Amino acid sequence: MTTAHYELTHLDALEAEAVHIFREVAAEFERPVLLFSGGKDSIVMLHLATKAFWPAKVPFPVMHVDTGHNFPEVMEYRDRRVAETGVKLLVASVQEAIDKGRVREQTGPRASRNPLQTVALLDGIEEHDFDAAFGGARRDEEKARAKERVFSFRDEFGQWDPKNQRPELWSLYNGRRHRGEHIRVFPLSNWTELDIWQYIEREGIELPSIYFSHERTVVERDGMLLWPNEHVPLLEGEQPFEATVRYRTVGDVTCTGAVESAASTVDDIIEEVAATRLTERGATRADDRASEAAMEDRKREGYF
Amino acid sequence: MEMLRVATAGSVDDGKSTLIGRLLYDTKSIFSDQLQAVERTSQQRGDEYTNLALLTDGLRAEREQGITIDVAYRYFATPRRKFIVADTPGHIQYTRNMVTGASTANAALILVDARKGLLEQSRRHAFLASLLRVPHLVLCVNKMDLVDYDEGVFDAIADEFRNFAAKLDVGDLAVIPVSALAGDNIVSRSANMPWYEGASLLHHLEELHIASDRNLIDARFPVQYVIRPFSSDHPDYRGYAGQVAGGILKPGDDVVVLPSGLPSRIAAIETMDGPVAEAFPPMSVTIRLEDDIDISRGDMICRPHNQPTVSQDLEAMVCWMGDEPMRPGGKYAIKHTTRPARTMVKDLRYRLDINTLHRDESAPTLALNEIGRLQLRVTAPLFTDPYRVNRTTGSFILVDESTNATVGAGMVL
Repeated sequence: MTTAHYELTHLDALEAEAVHIFREVAAEFERPVLLFSGGKDSIVMLHLATKAFWPAKVPFPVMHVDTGHNFPEVMEYRDRRVAETGVKLLVASVQEAIDKGRVREQTGPRASRNPLQTVALLDGIEEHDFDAAFGGARRDEEKARAKERVFSFRDEFGQWDPKNQRPELWSLYNGRRHRGEHIRVFPLSNWTELDIWQYIEREGIELPSIYFSHERTVVERDGMLLWPNEHVPLLEGEQPFEATVRYRTVGDVTCTGAVESAASTVDDIIEEVAATRLTERGATRADDRASEAAMEDRKREGYF
Repeated sequence: MEMLRVATAGSVDDGKSTLIGRLLYDTKSIFSDQLQAVERTSQQRGDEYTNLALLTDGLRAEREQGITIDVAYRYFATPRRKFIVADTPGHIQYTRNMVTGASTANAALILVDARKGLLEQSRRHAFLASLLRVPHLVLCVNKMDLVDYDEGVFDAIADEFRNFAAKLDVGDLAVIPVSALAGDNIVSRSANMPWYEGASLLHHLEELHIASDRNLIDARFPVQYVIRPFSSDHPDYRGYAGQVAGGILKPGDDVVVLPSGLPSRIAAIETMDGPVAEAFPPMSVTIRLEDDIDISRGDMICRPHNQPTVSQDLEAMVCWMGDEPMRPGGKYAIKHTTRPARTMVKDLRYRLDINTLHRDESAPTLALNEIGRLQLRVTAPLFTDPYRVNRTTGSFILVDESTNATVGAGMVL
């Protein structure tokens, strides 16, 4: 882990920083929550939180913002992981928001519930009166995120104002907020996709099976490989085919694409990620392709 | 693989974005979808060449106005090191952003245009890097291709800068002739400048000795969180969690806890991975003591014969970051290590002109982006070291209690 010169490896340094951030929030906030999707970044977050408070339990619940359009493998993983950790699981349901008339669902074959997540997320935060929400966003993911703070202030509408962010110096985080406002906290800010995979390998963290190479029926749409199912109906002329694929990110099935890959172990994936020429969001997320500022616009409204 | 944090400063004209773009590109850290997006936007805007600055300008307003608003963080890695680059804009909110980026940096990268030589701005960059005690300073004399790779031009700029830097507190200085556009001396040594015998920029950053950037002598452990599981497996467990701020801590060490002054001994240092033989900065660990004494967040564990200053009175250099000027006599929230308190501005000793280094003792206040020396009175004693001895126990932030904005960055003298 260390050398005689009192040096830390980059993974040790990133872990120490993230653990520090988790403890700062637990100490300074009354009702934090960890946003948990069952994706690799949120899995790493939960692992880090477990380490930060060991041998005590993680002192806050996790919340899944559930579009209802999930990969079954991920749901199975979520429930098992939550049971193992003993952490409390809350679900903020997009279906519920639709049923209550809070949002209107998109229609048509390309409909996605992805944008509706923001409403379910903000409703969940308000309902439980959370004052801090841990998110797994990384600055290397997307250019609007490159400017996000570790402690990112949200007003009473959950909005992010990128031009008016608090300066963040040393490791002195400013978590002060008025009632109704909250802070999004990003402990993985300085991690890259490769760091995440190297850490998963080092720590022996288990992941949902869809991250690894498997056979799947897919259809090519807008340059992405989507999995056709009840939420992703085939369009005119589309021909589904069998392919050897894996997922680089885990999200709503309607907008998360698979990549062709034979990588079946974490080691294989590390090799693949080190050689890849596409960012993970660029390769697999339809939601970010909408426009150059798609992520910035969604973040302003309160997205993850 | 170690991690190195670099802060860069400069304006678009001196080629900073091109330099960063070059580092990212040559270390294969730019992905093709990012490059395509930049190429598309460049074409739409009618730029003559692919504008690598667009890689770093993340916000809509920045792309529309062609300016950089905020600190952006970039990541790249070589087999030897992982690099985090805090890229700060040169014009808007310059001081506030540069101070933010420099606060965590191991190295500061300053660019000058070889045709223009040192500008007032270059001196300002160097001064802020030294004020923030960035341990390593690198001056890149850029656009050497436009002065025919002339050694004389480079030497004149290097000499002038070294003379200026001698007046500052600069630990380690390197001056490198480069062309970011042509790739000279960025990743590998350039054949165009055989007279230059030093390392390429990337090689220099890979080889910087950063272990001694941290204070490994004065043991400082600010208690961040008290871990008490109250479980049947650990009924009496009481651990003090935190990040080591200085020195090396070992089981068996005699310690004293501030502010109570009660002595004890380290029984164990632990993480979920098991016991730790030696804890040093910036490790996050949990310490158990042999004695059951009352300790809470904001207390500090240190060695009996090596203690920080315990005081309610601070003398500090403060960079003002609030939109509203500092209120003389005003009260602010202060956060130092894990210890929150309130503070009152007793006196502005002087305001420092960061261009001339002149001290104006008659200045009435500090406005946004101004720096001055303050005397502060704090509601509870803080456990501080001079910032030049320890960047963690010597730094604090000031927060406006009504807006909750971070309005000041302080360095203890």
